[in-house]
Amino acid sequence: MGVKWQVFYDKFITKEAWRTVVDGLWATIEIAVLGLIIGIIIGTVIAMIKMIPKYKTAPKVFSAICDVYVGFFRGTPIISQLLIGYYVLMPALGLNINNVTVAIIVFGMNSGAYISEIMRSGMQSVDPGQLEAARALGLGYWVSMLKVVIPQGIKNILPTLGNEFIALIKETSVVSMIAVVDLTKAFRQIGDSSYEYIIPYTILAAVYLVIVFIISRGIKLLERRLAKVDRSH
Amino acid sequence: MIEVIDLKKAFGSNNVLNGITETINEGEIVAVIGPSGSGKSTFLRCLNCLEDPTSGSIIFEGKDLADMKVDINLSRRHIGMVFQQFNLFNNKTVLQNICMAPVYIANSDLRKVKRTNRKNKFLNLFRKKKVEMLEITAEKKQIKLEAEANAMRLLKRIGLEDKANAYPSTLSGGQKQRIAIIRALAMNPKVMLFDEPTSALDPEMVGEVLDLIKAVAEDGMTMVIVTHEMGFAREVANRVFFMDEGIILEQGTPDEVFNHPINQRLKDFLSKVI
Repeated sequence: MGVKWQVFYDKFITKEAWRTVVDGLWATIEIAVLGLIIGIIIGTVIAMIKMIPKYKTAPKVFSAICDVYVGFFRGTPIISQLLIGYYVLMPALGLNINNVTVAIIVFGMNSGAYISEIMRSGMQSVDPGQLEAARALGLGYWVSMLKVVIPQGIKNILPTLGNEFIALIKETSVVSMIAVVDLTKAFRQIGDSSYEYIIPYTILAAVYLVIVFIISRGIKLLERRLAKVDRSH
Repeated sequence: MIEVIDLKKAFGSNNVLNGITETINEGEIVAVIGPSGSGKSTFLRCLNCLEDPTSGSIIFEGKDLADMKVDINLSRRHIGMVFQQFNLFNNKTVLQNICMAPVYIANSDLRKVKRTNRKNKFLNLFRKKKVEMLEITAEKKQIKLEAEANAMRLLKRIGLEDKANAYPSTLSGGQKQRIAIIRALAMNPKVMLFDEPTSALDPEMVGEVLDLIKAVAEDGMTMVIVTHEMGFAREVANRVFFMDEGIILEQGTPDEVFNHPINQRLKDFLSKVI
């Protein structure tokens, strides 16, 4: 064991592999956090389009586009979406953006499809009287949704949204498919170049575990703070 | 004030309102009574188009609210509504509940005025006859302060100023409903609609809510109240509508309706509830 630690120490500290690990950790967090934010925005928009009441004469096209969108992103593996985004769409559109940005966009769009369903159930769980009360005061449909229904809907789905975030963090480990060096890739490089796998891969798992633990604690705290609003007397 | 002409409403094949023609005059307090399922609430909800009428017209301030082209949001500012289930915004404090709509609406009007002024300022460069700038009465900060002062004044009126920063979940039913009433009042409505305002309350809280409604009525507010409180209807209303099966079967002063009913179904109804 001592020899193995020596090999790892050599690689990690002396050859400064820790720099790659820190960069990789940053990339993982960046992709997951920004992806989640994009996902929440896309998911909210889709959920709202799907929930437009009948009296709003919105073209059916919007709803159909949303169906296709959700169908595609839920029906294909994230890896294929990354590959298509990076190797097919980007050259086809003549764009020159770095692979981390591509990963953020793809993960954002992907989680948007899942979050749209979560968001919809969240908004449906809000008492319809809330929307009616806002409308009766003369506020428009979109304003009422934004100020009254969506905040309550998001509160209702916070635990589910937290799970989505945790899943997202772990899923980002496939971004090395488009040559992003994330946390996983950084440790794989250490393992591959030193032929010493036990220590880097164990630490890799531990780092993910710690991140997920921190997130779930954070969500619990947030939930408890928001629950104060609900507590009676 | 509100003119209802041949109002009909159907949910699918279920006809709930079967042609109501009635005028509610300014300053009048109308109580709507009738057995459950008679269409009272639907009638009330049609008045501010929370339910879109299937056919007929509702003329309010010269506009037909049943017409889809009319901006219903503008008219709703002048029609206050109080619900059976209070419907206070759970994610907002009492003060925010009261101030949200007035502040938002004043701000969006302010934005509109500013936009028009900017446009006119630019176009005036090319105009021979200059267009006058619209007056800005209050800036954003002032709008908020005024709305909050008004809200606090209203809260003081019902003795709940210490609850300004509480969330609705911490209040009793009676407190919630009284706040819902002043939330509607904060918009300075021309008419107020009450949809069974005391039906969801514990018995000991009915009194405080009815007292507030009575006080608002005494200020000269035009009101339409759907209620099961016959004593209250008799005492406060100038006019009573008795509805059954989607039409107004009988209407008149409380004395006429309660003491000298003509219609047989009204007689049956009164004998059951009183």
